[in-house]
Amino acid sequence: MSILVLADHHDGQLAGTTAHVVAAAQEIARAGGGDIDVLVAGEGVSAIAEAAAKLDGVSRVWVADNAVYAHQLAEPLGALLVELADGYSHVLSSASTTGKNVMPRLAALKDVSQLSDVIAVEGIDTFCRPIYAGNAIATVKSDDALKVMTVRSTAFDAVAANGGAGIESVDKVVDNTQSSFIKEELAQSDRPELGAAKVVISGGRGMGNGENFKLLDGIADKLGAAIGASRAAVDAGYAHNDMQVGQTGKIVAPDLYIAVGISGAIQHLAGMKDSKVIVAINQDEEAPIFQVADYGLVGDLFEILPELESKL
Amino acid sequence: MKVLVAVKRVIDYNVKIRVKPDHSDVDLTNVKMAMNPFCEIAVEEAVRLKEKGVASEVVAVTVGPKAAQEQLRTAMALGADRAIHVQTDDKVESLAVAKLLKGVIDEEQPGLVILGKQAIDTDNNQTGQMLAALAGLPQGTFASEVDVQGEKVAVTREIDGGLQTVELSLPAIVTTDLRLNDPRYAKLPDIMKAKKKPLDVKTPEDYGVATGSKVSLIKVEAPAERKGGVKVGSVDELVDKLKNEAKVL
Repeated sequence: MSILVLADHHDGQLAGTTAHVVAAAQEIARAGGGDIDVLVAGEGVSAIAEAAAKLDGVSRVWVADNAVYAHQLAEPLGALLVELADGYSHVLSSASTTGKNVMPRLAALKDVSQLSDVIAVEGIDTFCRPIYAGNAIATVKSDDALKVMTVRSTAFDAVAANGGAGIESVDKVVDNTQSSFIKEELAQSDRPELGAAKVVISGGRGMGNGENFKLLDGIADKLGAAIGASRAAVDAGYAHNDMQVGQTGKIVAPDLYIAVGISGAIQHLAGMKDSKVIVAINQDEEAPIFQVADYGLVGDLFEILPELESKL
Repeated sequence: MKVLVAVKRVIDYNVKIRVKPDHSDVDLTNVKMAMNPFCEIAVEEAVRLKEKGVASEVVAVTVGPKAAQEQLRTAMALGADRAIHVQTDDKVESLAVAKLLKGVIDEEQPGLVILGKQAIDTDNNQTGQMLAALAGLPQGTFASEVDVQGEKVAVTREIDGGLQTVELSLPAIVTTDLRLNDPRYAKLPDIMKAKKKPLDVKTPEDYGVATGSKVSLIKVEAPAERKGGVKVGSVDELVDKLKNEAKVL
């Protein structure tokens, strides 16, 4: 039996998360799971398929290139996965919004459970996943014939891209009369992707307003960092929703995470506590964020941020 | 149009959970329970649709033990007209919940079904999507805006990188994200009135659904505890530590 990985892509490029999901698939393969195939579904995706074919450990790339798969809407993409899943023992995607949207449809139509947000492979049928906002780690065993799972990409190191898998097209085209794409409003940014950045600097309610988030820009520029935000900052309208780090936002695990004006609610900690080094800057020395920070600096962020920028 | 809204009884989001000493599960004895926050947003959206005249009736449904009727009463205090309780003491996972909700859809024939995008206990984020697949309906997940227009609904979704708007034919399934609305609090007179609203009790057998799952819980452990580090006295000291001690700069 073999493993199918659904590739993540946007803006005509293979998303970095896919190489991490293939790494998880390799762990399953080493436990006895067989070959690894990748599915790239979308419209005008040949360059993405070529990028996926280079990922180490991939045997074959399926390309489903058709207008019906544009924007990876859940209904047609789910139907396509159901068609392709026969013959596979595992189907994996990243726990991206695309993966979360479509994988449960596949699982339900195959009458199997789904394992969400897998962070460790213990064996061919046994996996670890966080529950209760990461305050507990469950080890679960699936006896379903088909294992459908989403993978937390930050928990697996990306595979290299030295391979050369064959690319085959999928002729199967499904119908979709139920849903249609209207528009997308994507935040334009030259900064690294939040989920993949080596350094992340996040602002919380302590930033005071959206304008003050610009104080993070100079530091992010110097460190090559992505900029994140706490839920409180997003809810208050200081920052865009796709910047939210936490239980229900993005999960990050960079080498360096700098939390500015963030108190450290458990829902926020769930999204960043696996960072290698955490720095907290906060006026309130009792803030819970200091309990997880490697380096804490108590003080006025409006004085500290400009000074930090000048000294980096 | 009838709107069906699904709610789940979970641990209150302010409670810090503990793992049982024998690692069999988390310890929920004497822990404060509440309606899942995303389900509160779902109820609020359904009630607003009724207030706008889009929905004619709001029906709340839950799957769970007898105590979960508290959450149905809360939903009715917030404005749901009646409730359906699929009562079971079994641990019911997403797929079985989706099958039960499919049974409720078949009976009730709602025009729109609204669920929370995930429950904060299992963090699965599956049930709405599974329900959509089983019922053969389109889905608008992680919604931050829901706009019903005649036979269609436009749903703005929170996706990685920004927002996406899709148009779905009705009936459809919507799952809520945090910024869809700010749920109201129930007023005392409404809480009293909710006690008299109709609540139907059903069982999984009524829908011909087995609640078992082929996924077994082997163990539950606390995550590796992260220890707090040191407080530094100045920006200079911080930069020095990051360069020379942590070596991340």
